Amino acid sequence: MSEISRRNLFRAAGVLGASAAIPAELRAEARQSRPSPAARQQAHPKPAARAPYRFFNTLEAAFIEAAVDRLIPPDSQWTGAVGAGVPGYIDLQLAGAYGQGARLYRSGPWDTGLPSQGYQLALTPAQLYRTAIASLDRQLKQHVSSGAKNAPAFARLSSDDQDGVLRDLEAGKMDLSGIPSAVFFETLLANTIEGFFSDPMYGGNRDMVGWRMIGFPGAYATYLGIYTNHGERFTREPMSIAQSPQEHHPMPGGLPPFDSGVQRRG
Amino acid sequence: MARTLPSVDVVFVGMGFTAAIIARELKDSSVKMVGLERGRARNTVPDFQSPSMHDELAFAVRHGLMQDLSQETVTFRNTPDQKALPMRQLGSFLPGTDLGGAGVHWNGQTFRFQPEDFRLRSHHEERYGRDIIAEELTIQDWGLTYEDLEPYYDRFEYLLGVGGYAGNVGGEIRPGGNPFEAKRSRDYPNPPTAPAYLGVLFAKAAMELGYSPYQVPSSNMTRAYTNPEGVRLEPCMVCGYCERFGCEHFAKSSPQTTLLPVVLQQPNFALRTNAHVTRVNLTPDGKHATGVTYIDLATGQETIQPAELVVLSAFAFHNPRLMLLSGIGKSYDPSTGEGNVGRNYAYQTMGSVSLFYDEDVELNQFMGAGALGTVISDYVSDNFDHSKLGFIGGAYICAYTTGARPIEYHPVPPGTPRWGLAWKQAVARYYNHTGGLQVHGQSCARRTNYVDLDPTYKDAFGQPLLRITFDFPENDLRMSHYVTDRAGEIAERMGASQVVVNPRTAPYSVVPYQTTHNTGGAIMGADPKTSACNRYGQSWDVPNVFVTGTALFPQNASYNPTDTVGALAYWTADAIKTRYLSSPAPLVQP
Ligand SMILES: Cc1cc2nc3c(=O)[nH]c(=O)nc-3n(C[C@H](O)[C@H](O)[C@H](O)COP(=O)(O)OP(=O)(O)OC[C@H]3O[C@@H](n4cnc5c(N)ncnc54)[C@H](O)[C@@H]3O)c2cc1C
Ligand code: SF4
Repeated sequence: MSEISRRNLFRAAGVLGASAAIPAELRAEARQSRPSPAARQQAHPKPAARAPYRFFNTLEAAFIEAAVDRLIPPDSQWTGAVGAGVPGYIDLQLAGAYGQGARLYRSGPWDTGLPSQGYQLALTPAQLYRTAIASLDRQLKQHVSSGAKNAPAFARLSSDDQDGVLRDLEAGKMDLSGIPSAVFFETLLANTIEGFFSDPMYGGNRDMVGWRMIGFPGAYATYLGIYTNHGERFTREPMSIAQSPQEHHPMPGGLPPFDSGVQRRG
Repeated sequence: MARTLPSVDVVFVGMGFTAAIIARELKDSSVKMVGLERGRARNTVPDFQSPSMHDELAFAVRHGLMQDLSQETVTFRNTPDQKALPMRQLGSFLPGTDLGGAGVHWNGQTFRFQPEDFRLRSHHEERYGRDIIAEELTIQDWGLTYEDLEPYYDRFEYLLGVGGYAGNVGGEIRPGGNPFEAKRSRDYPNPPTAPAYLGVLFAKAAMELGYSPYQVPSSNMTRAYTNPEGVRLEPCMVCGYCERFGCEHFAKSSPQTTLLPVVLQQPNFALRTNAHVTRVNLTPDGKHATGVTYIDLATGQETIQPAELVVLSAFAFHNPRLMLLSGIGKSYDPSTGEGNVGRNYAYQTMGSVSLFYDEDVELNQFMGAGALGTVISDYVSDNFDHSKLGFIGGAYICAYTTGARPIEYHPVPPGTPRWGLAWKQAVARYYNHTGGLQVHGQSCARRTNYVDLDPTYKDAFGQPLLRITFDFPENDLRMSHYVTDRAGEIAERMGASQVVVNPRTAPYSVVPYQTTHNTGGAIMGADPKTSACNRYGQSWDVPNVFVTGTALFPQNASYNPTDTVGALAYWTADAIKTRYLSSPAPLVQP
């Protein structure tokens, strides 16, 4: 294909000139023009009063609160899974349709299967958590001597030891009353990530902290007219589903305004 | 006791794109039609509206619009000597349900297959000799040609309002389009999408290497469009919630936005939802269908719908399954190679390349649309010389920007821990600075890849589940390696600080999502011994049963299937309308 005809690609695509966007040049520009984004400021939302758990008992709550904060720990910039409300998110999920095994094919006979065959336990997610946490606690109590005898064991471990237990679970090194520990770990990890990044209406991602951390804007209904501003930083506040009915603009005329400090390319 | 309803001329099993097309094509005939759909009725308003539609957890992760596995699933194993187990959670593929089927939550990437795809075996034998095709591959010719289908591709693309820039109109190769595409009779109805940032970076690198990038033909509207049926679509808003979601903006072509508004007004068509079909009823000699039996899910009532003609339009799983449950054709046996139903189950061989950029390159992949992508076809099908490569087939390489919803999309470079502080910081660091290339590859049929009825597991209605036996043939793994390496070379020129190449590897697993491009099981062909249907989708064994959709594909090509699925539905409809109705008999003599 000739040079001229290559350029035609973009004429055909209606974006003549866009192909001139060279990453190096862009980077330099972006570095200079980068505004301090409002979107990244609310890094540590005020802890709201926690709603009572519907599913978890005290033993389970203690495990979950300790474990999810090791999976997504707080740091100096962004809160962790507990600060984002992930325990409450998982609790509501397990109390609801997901936890009760909705949409799960649940007929036997049951067999271990191969990794390529996916989840093969007879347990619903709620039963999986209940069984696994109780079993883990019994096993840990044999090793943890400090603290009150009946206090939940995992929560009493040091952070490093907690990480060690989680790594053992992940590696499938434990038997949790017949549950392969890796199956439980993967479910816990997946649910923790869901709670950190799903819409706040599910109880996690409090104040959209997960979205702010990465720069995901949430439930906007349109980027037409701006997605071709290649390389431009999106600095607007994220929007949750709860906010969306007030701010929802389906047509380009109603697009949210852009931060004036942002360079436009064209 | 089953209740029996008054007879109709045509009954459809499943109301997705294919059924809607055939029902529409028969609008002027005197035939009376009933469409049976197991799911509920639904429409753009109120069912797909914002803000509730923009919910990643409900729709992308919990699969709110997809088949409910507690009612019906498939069983799976990699090889015939393994024990198949039920797919208990959705993963690798996401079959649709409810009115409109998967056409509601598809992406809208709308590619035609190439001429050699329809003559796969003959083409390769002619060009390279027989030895190039590995012994285990059971690839076949379709029994029809690209030229047969061209007018029907055209109809379907104008129905959908596809936006693209044609690379070959009437034999004239046009720069800027796909130079490898076969001759099309006219332009796309709408202009192409404007590329996203990643697409521009890709196009530039690909052109430097001498490839021919173009914009993916898109069924997300690039402008307001009224289709030949008089149904109007609106421009795509690039909302980033496309695949796995319904479109709130009337902008993604779906049965609801292109056809159902007119089909549902036809006096000769009636829709019945919550109607789960359990079998096709045959005459005692097994040679003629008398209608179907379904369960009315609202009442639990078993119901017989007598019909002169049965159209199986229930996607690749349910079509062959219903045939086997009803005794239509012979179940394929891999040990003997005999049996015409269930053979040649194929899929899609997906590789990828990840590109990790410096923190000041804002890729904004969340501003996406289902079919927003920049692609090359230089490594599709036989567009490159295979004589020294040790495999046949190919893949397209595409930089897609379909949306980057964070529960599922939070890429980190290899070597990053899977959780903990380092993981969290890497997610924050890389989310908006990571891109990917998709290597969307062909899937050859293989002797031991097939579907049949599971001997153990049953659905909620007490019927055996469909059993899938599948793993990637060596041929396809080699293909994926080769083309993904080429994609890696392009990626190396795209300005990323780190490039990671991920070709497809075995074994195939039902856990991670790959595509819902499951094909075969009721394939078309020229020989009743090695195909379930003739070139019109008509069952060889029970000629008043027609099959639609990907189940008809003898193997899968590099491209996404739906343009071909729609074209085939128009082709079948034409054969029914102009030939079958006046003399209901086999349209092809074996
Ligand atoms: C997430 C996703 C993304 C996709 N993206 C693309 C893409 O970008 N490009 C592309 O080319 N293709 C894509 N596809 C594939 C595309 O959606 C399908 O090829 C197309 O929708 C198939 O149409 P169909 O009419 O054959 O079947 P379907 O749309 O599956 O319709 C079948 C209908 O039959 C019903 N049914 C099933 N069993 C029964 C029964 N027993 N009784 C009554 N009714 C029954 C189902 O409920 C369903 O409504 C995608 C698919 C998915 C799931
Ligand atoms: S990306 Fe476009 S076509 Fe897809 S759902 Fe959003 S508006 Fe509709």
